[in-house]
Amino acid sequence: MAKTTNPIARSGTAALTQAGNIVELLVDVARNTFRRPFQFREFIEQAWFIASVTILPTALVAIPFGAVVSLQTGSLIKQLGAESFTGAASVLAVVQQGSPIVVALLIAGAAGSAVTADLGSRTIREEIDAMRVLGIDPVQRLVVPRVLAMILVALLLNGLVSVIGIAGGYFFNVILQDGTPGAYLASFGTLAQLPDLWVGELKAVVFGLIAGVIASYKGLHPNPGPKGVGEAVNQTVVITFLILFFANLIMTLVYLQVVPAKGA
Amino acid sequence: MGRRACVVCDEQWEGPTVGVEVSVEGLTKSFGVQKIWQDVTLTLPTGEVSALLGPSGTGKSVFLKSLIGLLRPEEGSIVVDGTDIMECSSKELYEIRKLFGVLFQDGALFGSMNLYDNTAFPLREHTKKKEDEIRKIVMEKLELVGLTGAENKLPGEISGGMRKRAGLARALVLDPEIILVDEPDSGLDPVRTTYISQLLLNINAQIDATMLIVTHNINLARTVPDNIGMLFRKNLVMFGPREVLLTSEEPAVKQFLNGTMIGPIGMSEEKDEAQMRQEQALSDAGHNLGGVEDVEGIMPQMDPTPGMPRRQAVDRRRERVRSIMHTLPENAQHAIQQSLDEADGERQPAYAGADGRQVGDEHGGYEQGGYEQGGYQQSGYQQGGYEGGGYQQGGHDGGGYQQGGYDQGGWSNDDAPTEQRGYQGWNEPEPRDRYDSPTDRPRG
Repeated sequence: MAKTTNPIARSGTAALTQAGNIVELLVDVARNTFRRPFQFREFIEQAWFIASVTILPTALVAIPFGAVVSLQTGSLIKQLGAESFTGAASVLAVVQQGSPIVVALLIAGAAGSAVTADLGSRTIREEIDAMRVLGIDPVQRLVVPRVLAMILVALLLNGLVSVIGIAGGYFFNVILQDGTPGAYLASFGTLAQLPDLWVGELKAVVFGLIAGVIASYKGLHPNPGPKGVGEAVNQTVVITFLILFFANLIMTLVYLQVVPAKGA
Repeated sequence: MGRRACVVCDEQWEGPTVGVEVSVEGLTKSFGVQKIWQDVTLTLPTGEVSALLGPSGTGKSVFLKSLIGLLRPEEGSIVVDGTDIMECSSKELYEIRKLFGVLFQDGALFGSMNLYDNTAFPLREHTKKKEDEIRKIVMEKLELVGLTGAENKLPGEISGGMRKRAGLARALVLDPEIILVDEPDSGLDPVRTTYISQLLLNINAQIDATMLIVTHNINLARTVPDNIGMLFRKNLVMFGPREVLLTSEEPAVKQFLNGTMIGPIGMSEEKDEAQMRQEQALSDAGHNLGGVEDVEGIMPQMDPTPGMPRRQAVDRRRERVRSIMHTLPENAQHAIQQSLDEADGERQPAYAGADGRQVGDEHGGYEQGGYEQGGYQQSGYQQGGYEGGGYQQGGHDGGGYQQGGYDQGGWSNDDAPTEQRGYQGWNEPEPRDRYDSPTDRPRG
């Protein structure tokens, strides 16, 4: 293999290599998901752990998030003179965009970093090597349950954020901006449709998968030493954020093309 | 070859079981542009104990990790039980790995599990044994390594030596056919190192596993393995029956065995001519360049504890060594002939041989002293007396250093006064308040 000395080319190669390795791990995870015995206990433990580190921050983030979206769209729509549609606007914004973004933030920031730190410290203590030597594939034993747990928790979190976001939006719209409850709910029913919720959940699933795989990859390949684990956690959060936001963009574009808006 | 029935159950073994041969050919490994070692070719003979020596940083651990497929060398082949693990699929690799028991440097225990669960882990993952069977096996292995009563402790709560022993228990729990041990002595005191050595030999006698011990402990290397190899300057400088390396005239090998600074091994990997000349001059001038004394000749090998089955590897090895004898260096041939003659005659306890007496006045003498033979231990103590004399001389040397320091006026005047105080502190009563202060401080 020819080694290039050009620093730009080298870092480019390194980034592509890493991307390739992550995709490889993704395929590996997909294959190992169907290999028996499924690590059910590990899956439940991890799901519980990830839920416990994400639920409270998610709920706390969702309330102001729903409120801000609601207030912003509310005041904008008031200027346009379409006050009766405030509810629909804020609900659509929360369900389609807001809640997947909040889920992405929390899954990458809270759950992903926790998984990377856990796997990373095991790696530098040679626990992962020991596991391989004992004839156990760490992808099947550790990574698959974590990725599946993150998908499950992301899915559930998305529902949680939607509910809390809408409730927060309702509260701020009706109580603070003097909206009418009837108009809020009616416009909600007019413009919102079930696929909006489905796409939000689909996004959450994809986010959970991406965040889980990247966090596991970074955790399995830290630089040596405790500092390496710290760096790996940091990189996990940054890389996952970037990729999730782009994934969100792409999925939104596709959704808006594929599913026609209600009433259009 | 059928899997061996477990040792602890009352079942009989399935006939004579034999460990697995591991043969390595033309192995080369590098990290980036840095070559670690190249063209390493060796065979770990079936059921024998081999040791791999080498200065720190010569890639001994890397070699060990390559053998189990954790690292991937660029070239060469590693054939285990008829499968080349460089070529095989990852599924096959995981199957092959079940033949291995590996003890990592720090034990590599799972931090979230206590010692019992750690040791039981391979059994729970790979066998369908019931929990009470598992408990029986696990407790037996923990007792073997002297950890009874500590099974509920977490790895973070115990000392490095205990972690190492727990790691060994876990490595043994599946009765592996190949045992790889990474520095069994690091972090252990000399006595525990000897116990571990004895334990490894006992295990070898019991289950006839092929063993590779990576170490730089000379005592262990001289008394435990059947075969010794040495990595130096990115190459395997030799590998063969223990006599070959122990009688070698190779400067690097001799230096390593003696632990002195004279020779080709430097602080960093390479040492240049000028430094070697300088050190030789220092040595000629009477400067102590370290090392206990000239270590030559062959120490008798340790035996399994009486009551253990006979090591089958001993007989196999004798045949093998006889057949390759003519290819070995002359010194080694003499030594081997001697040990073969000894073995052919009435086999006495190894440490009663004249050889043992001669070299008995090293630390190794303690190792050889069987735990049963009180008489021999006594003579060991007497010889300890000789060593004490040696230490006193060392004391004189030290005096020489201090004087040199005083002669140079610069020490006391120009340099930091704290340093001077440190020197004087040994004689003068004045710094006593310094000693007292730590006890005063918490009260104040």
